[in-house]
Amino acid sequence: MLPKINSLSTIATLHIGEIGYISEESLDFIPLKLLEMGCLPGAEIELIQIAPLKDPIYICVNGSHLAIRKETAAKIKILKSNS
Amino acid sequence: MSKNDIKVALIGNPNTGKTSLFNQLTGLNQKVGNYPGVTVDKKQGVSKLSATQNAIITDLPGTYSINPTSIDESIVLKTLLNKDISASPDVILVVADIENLKRNLLLFSQIKDLEIPTVLAINMVDQMTKKGITIDLSILKKELNTEVVLISARKNEGIQDVKEAIIRCHVAAKASPLCSIDSKIDADYFAKLKEITPNYSMYELWLMVTQNNFPDSISDKEKEKLLDFQRDFSKLKNYQHKETIYRYQEINKILKKTYLVDKNKATDLRSRLDKIFTHKIFGYAIFVFILLLIFQSIFDWASVPMDFIDATFADISGFAKKQLPAGVLSDLITEGIIPGIGGVIIFIPQIAILFMFIAILEETGYMSRVVFLMDRIMRRFGMNGKSVIPLISGTACAIPAIMATRTISSWKERLITILVTPFTTCSARLPIYAILIALIIPSKKVFGFLNLQGLVLLSLYALGFATAVLAAFILHKTLHINTKSFFVVEMPNYKLPSIKNVFFEVLEKTKSFVLEAGKIILALSIVLWFLASNGPSSFDKAEQNTIENVANQNLSVDELQQKIASAKLENSYIGILGKSIEPTIKPLGYDWKIGIALITSFAAREVFVGTLATIYSVEADDEDATTIKQKMASEINPDTGQKRFNFAVGMSLMVFYAFAMQCMATLAIVKRETKSWKWPLVQLFGMGLLAYISSLVTYQILS
Repeated sequence: MLPKINSLSTIATLHIGEIGYISEESLDFIPLKLLEMGCLPGAEIELIQIAPLKDPIYICVNGSHLAIRKETAAKIKILKSNS
Repeated sequence: MSKNDIKVALIGNPNTGKTSLFNQLTGLNQKVGNYPGVTVDKKQGVSKLSATQNAIITDLPGTYSINPTSIDESIVLKTLLNKDISASPDVILVVADIENLKRNLLLFSQIKDLEIPTVLAINMVDQMTKKGITIDLSILKKELNTEVVLISARKNEGIQDVKEAIIRCHVAAKASPLCSIDSKIDADYFAKLKEITPNYSMYELWLMVTQNNFPDSISDKEKEKLLDFQRDFSKLKNYQHKETIYRYQEINKILKKTYLVDKNKATDLRSRLDKIFTHKIFGYAIFVFILLLIFQSIFDWASVPMDFIDATFADISGFAKKQLPAGVLSDLITEGIIPGIGGVIIFIPQIAILFMFIAILEETGYMSRVVFLMDRIMRRFGMNGKSVIPLISGTACAIPAIMATRTISSWKERLITILVTPFTTCSARLPIYAILIALIIPSKKVFGFLNLQGLVLLSLYALGFATAVLAAFILHKTLHINTKSFFVVEMPNYKLPSIKNVFFEVLEKTKSFVLEAGKIILALSIVLWFLASNGPSSFDKAEQNTIENVANQNLSVDELQQKIASAKLENSYIGILGKSIEPTIKPLGYDWKIGIALITSFAAREVFVGTLATIYSVEADDEDATTIKQKMASEINPDTGQKRFNFAVGMSLMVFYAFAMQCMATLAIVKRETKSWKWPLVQLFGMGLLAYISSLVTYQILS
């Protein structure tokens, strides 16, 4: 099934264990540092854990396990494989 | 260092075992220095590559890219752009972790484009079978066009291969870029950039433009041209993004041919441990439990060596007194220098134990989980999840703690962390708390099982942390510094700590304390000794007057000596100083004697106890706590006829020491780390004012 494009989906809207793909149009919104750590457009991204106070979040992208803040995550759009 | 030595720069992502490799290559042949003009420690070591060839290895701070986001990381770029013959590296050794090879190769590809001979060491290959990874080394070498070595630094495997590769690479001395970023992004743009100077590679010039980092060897004219390229900021940013994506595309192409992971073999130890350590209840409970365990161990384990150090220095001082001819120089040595050094050494056990725990927590990967758990809470107070590490370290000593803030990339968050760290209860406050608690708090049980004295000490720790957090909140609301707060933390794999790495880490942190704090405490001890052993004419007469005054009291020789010492101190410069500040501190419940101790404890807080011991004519080299305590307990306030150290005065003093910035060494470090006198002065007066007002209120309410 083709991924459903939902303009409201960002990394911040993922649920624990859910997988998304970073959208190409996000490129300019991804901080360089994150890009360098493997958070690239098109990459598969999995939400592993959310901190007890709902922020930061713990993701796995391109083999990198990273914790980022929600404000950053909310800027990066993703495509969810439809479920 | 000889001319023929190969200069090697060691670079790698954090958590790749870079430190392990450095320790294996250099062993105990390492020293920590400073980079000129910057405050970050420079770790260097000598490695014997072959019978005839040595290498000087510089361990650069761990970084994910040469585009820096923190002070630590900016060192890497600075070192690499430096073309000064004596400092620029001949060979760069890049360490990569086999499991995260893709991301590690990004840094490698950037380094390669600097056109400096490069060796790639792929670490942790002992994990390959377990993780289901296979790698084709010969193709990888050809594709990356560089020396590639497989190693396992912890198991000391492949180290010889690294050494040989460094020699081969140095001899061949050829270097070529890996990614031609120019043609893929904007050939004309980069051609114009390259035209500016032939002395640097295109990528080096590009880095100068994007990072605004110009080496001294760039002329003003060249710099001006480079600055022109900075004008179009959004283009710059866009090209940087494109560059990174292009690099990853190239890396993916190469890895497709050479690197294979069987995902079924991946273990889920990480996810199982993460579920526990980041759990909303267990996560915090485990963290609090670990903290309590650490504090408990510090108290239990450090007391024996501390008593030993205390006794040893008293013995050395006594021995020196007997051996040296009487005179000013011998007094300086036995009463100034030896106790001064002892005052530094005594803290080593507590500091070493605390840093051992912190090193273990970092080595295992647990510390990143704490940062993850605490970031949201700390952010409310203008700090960062990473601020937790300095705040915990501050319970040993604020000096290494403040240096640990360097990993925080947001300047505002880092500054606030630096400013509030001295509120946490450091080990120098303990002797003061210990003696005052023993004096004013009865040793009895509350609720049947809690020791009241212990409870008071615990509340003082809590007071320290609470004040730090509250001060941070106020600073957060009042400091208007516009820096972008950006936060990304890698959550590394869990691993067992390496004893060697923990040992070297503890050694380094302890050294930084001894050197930084030590020289200031020692210097101040000597100054204070001078002020206490000299004075105007009344000082010289003190001895004679005392002998006459007590002539018919039938005192023993010891008692007479004590009376004389006490009278001398009263008439010394420092005694005069103490009396002159008495009116200011009287509302706090203190007299001039306590005033002297307040002044002397500027060297380091614990000097307070030693000074009172001298003032209350306890023999200086017999710091038996019960005697000092008895003398303090029997001290009478002549105005009231009551005990001097009553409940109100004791509480007022403890509150004073909880808040006051009574530490010259910390002020010096804050000056160094913030590059300005403004912030240490803010701390000195802000904390001093808070201490004065709180003690005043405490005393006035309780008395």
